[in-house]
Formats: sequence, structure tokens, C-alpha cells
Amino acid sequence: MSRPGEERTTAAVRPYVITRGRAGSSRDALPLETLVMASGSALPPHLQPEYRRIAGFCQGLLSVAEVAAHLGQPPAVVQVLLADLIGWGHIVARPPIRVVKRKRADLDLLRKVLDGLESKL
Amino acid sequence: MAGTDGTIRTDHHTAHPGHTAHPGHADRTTRTDHTNETGETDETGDTDDMDDMDDTPVMYVESSVAGAAKILVVGPMGVGKTTLIGTVSEIKPLSTEATMSQAGARLDTKVRPSKTTTTVALDFGRITLGGELVLYLFGTPGQQRFLPAWKDLARGALGALALVDTRDLEASFDAIGHLEDLDVPFSVAVNAFPDSTPHNEDDLRSALDLLPHTPLVICDAREHKSSVQALISLVSHLIETLTEAS
Ligand SMILES: Nc1nc2c(ncn2[C@@H]2O[C@H](COP(=O)(O)OP(=O)(O)O)[C@@H](O)[C@H]2O)c(=O)[nH]1
Ligand SMILES: [Mg+2]
Repeated sequence: MSRPGEERTTAAVRPYVITRGRAGSSRDALPLETLVMASGSALPPHLQPEYRRIAGFCQGLLSVAEVAAHLGQPPAVVQVLLADLIGWGHIVARPPIRVVKRKRADLDLLRKVLDGLESKL
Repeated sequence: MAGTDGTIRTDHHTAHPGHTAHPGHADRTTRTDHTNETGETDETGDTDDMDDMDDTPVMYVESSVAGAAKILVVGPMGVGKTTLIGTVSEIKPLSTEATMSQAGARLDTKVRPSKTTTTVALDFGRITLGGELVLYLFGTPGQQRFLPAWKDLARGALGALALVDTRDLEASFDAIGHLEDLDVPFSVAVNAFPDSTPHNEDDLRSALDLLPHTPLVICDAREHKSSVQALISLVSHLIETLTEAS
């Protein structure tokens, strides 16, 4: 919630080292509602299967939460592996639209959500 | 995974055949754990299971969608969180887990999660709104011992829908109190069960110690319209609070 740019760009995602079985600090974790998709860039031949599996799965847009649920992997692991793939350019991310300080600028978003929900009735 | 309670809506899968796929089919196996959110903790540090593929067909988000927002659905076990999420979701509700952030914070980045890492089941669903925005609903149990898991989940959320069962109001106290502590704006939806005794709104409000502006609606989580209306009450409330604040 703190660092400038964290909410809107992926530049702030720190390059994780290879972290199988290790969750990073939860503060830096890729939010579960981040949308991710394979960039289409060729994966290097030496890339570990865990990474390949995720990249192969992300042929369309999906949230981090969905990737974790479908692969049956703990989100803490998937968050770290996805952050690596983003850092290497194999995955592109659409960062979540978050409301942090609740200001007027959020009204547009909230009205869109309201309109969207009303159209489901 | 969610779905044993009959809330699965498979019609959506046929509605967008172009978005459906079975990637990773080769080593897919039926999941046996991460089952229904039962509110149980899973005391394990095993994060390595690669053969735990979910069986649900993947329905990708429309490529026109620019980003996602989230709303939390909170309340005690059995109050209807998974039901409500399944009722409004365009995908079959999925289940994953949230790691308690306390456990995470204690970890040195070089250390593996210990055997005592506690996770909590997290059900979620998805609604695409207007082709450019997708809304995720995250359902998580409200008992005191799970509250640390909310911290990360709550960060950036639009707000929360707090579900209440009038047969056990006290079971909702932890969840509502925690939303207040985390400064997450919320509205309350009372799920009516067949053996619920009718309560009047004033009694409910004072029993739950709600602020006068906090919306309180009656909801049937099994009904699409009713559940969407509960979400609308929340978002309308969020808009009103913002409009009044300035
Ligand atoms: N009558 C009634 N039953 C409900 C309602 N919501 C949920 N249920 C039932 O209550 C049970 C528990 O619901 P569930 O969604 O699993 O609760 P959760 O633990 O909060 O996820 C299920 O059998 C549901 O069918 C409701 O609004 N009205
Ligand atoms: Mg549930």
C-alpha cells in the first residue's frame, strides 16, 4: 500500500530469486487479483518445469488466484514464480485496480462497478 | 474446491466456448485436498505438490479487460459465503488458500515456511463488468484465528460484504470487528435460513453495533438477484461515503 507506483505498474515487482518452497515477504507479493498472461516470448530451454507449467497455462488472461487454484499450487508459491516470469518478460501483468486511500478519484471505478452490477439484474 | 454444495453454474462454460480450454491436461489429477472451505487450518509447510491440478475447465478473462478489482465476502462458517459467490460468479467458484501474513512476516526471506505455517481456505469467483473490468469476490471465514490472513487480502479491496446468520449473531462479531479494525468499508447482508426467527432491523443493528450509515439488507445467497442486490447495496454505500466525504 506504500510504494509509489506499486499499484499500477509491474516495475515495482522486485526480482525474486528462485524460490521454490519459499514464500517471500507478503507485503511484496503479487496481489491475487493481478491479471496475468503469457507474453508469447520463447522460454529458454533451461527453464525449470514449474515455470513452464505456469507459462503454458497462461495462454489467456487469468488472475493469480485462478492460476494457483487451477494448478493446485499454494498462491504464495505461484506469486513468486509469476513475479519471476514477469521480471523475465515471459508473462505480462495487468495490475489490479485498487482502492487504497479512498478518494474521489475512486468514484469513477465505483460507478463502473455499480453500473456493471446493475446490468446483471 | 467449492461446488459440493450444488452451487456450480455450468451454463457459463458453454456460453463462451472460445474461452474454454484444458491446458496442462497431461498431468492433471483429481484434487483431493483444498476441498470445501471448512474453515479448518491446514498445518503444513508442504508447498511442493505438483500433482494437485484442479479439474475445472479454464475460462480465461476477456482480453478487453484492463484490470481487476476485488470485494471480500466475510462471515462465519456456514453463513453462505461460498453459496453467494457461486450464485453471482461467471466461473465455478474456485478454492485456494491464503497464508497467514503473520507467519509470512516472521519468515526470513532465506527460510522455508515452517511446519506451522497456517493457511486458510479462500473461495473466490469472478464477474466481468462491462467488458473492461473484472470483479473478484474473495470469501474467507471470519473466526478470530483466521483474521491475520485477511490483511493482504483486504489491501486494495473496494469493500466487503459481511454475511450474518441471525441464528448466531455472535459468530459474525469477529468478522465485522476486524473489518472495522482494518478500515475496510462494508455493508451487512443477513442470510435468512428456514429456521431463522424474524428480527427487526433496529434490534439487529444494535446487536451488531452497526453505525447508522452501514447498510443492512436481507439476502438469499442462493438467489442471483438477491445476491447481486446485496453487492449493489455495498457499492452504493461506497459511492455515498466518498461523495459525502468531499
Ligand atoms: N436458506 C438459505 N440457505 C443458505 C443461504 N446461503 C447458504 N445457504 C445454505 O447454507 C449452507 C452453508 O453455505 P456455504 O455457502 O457453504 O457457507 P460458507 O461456509 O459461508 O461458505 C449451504 O447448505 C447453503 O445451501 C441462504 O441465504 N438461505
Ligand atoms: Mg465456504
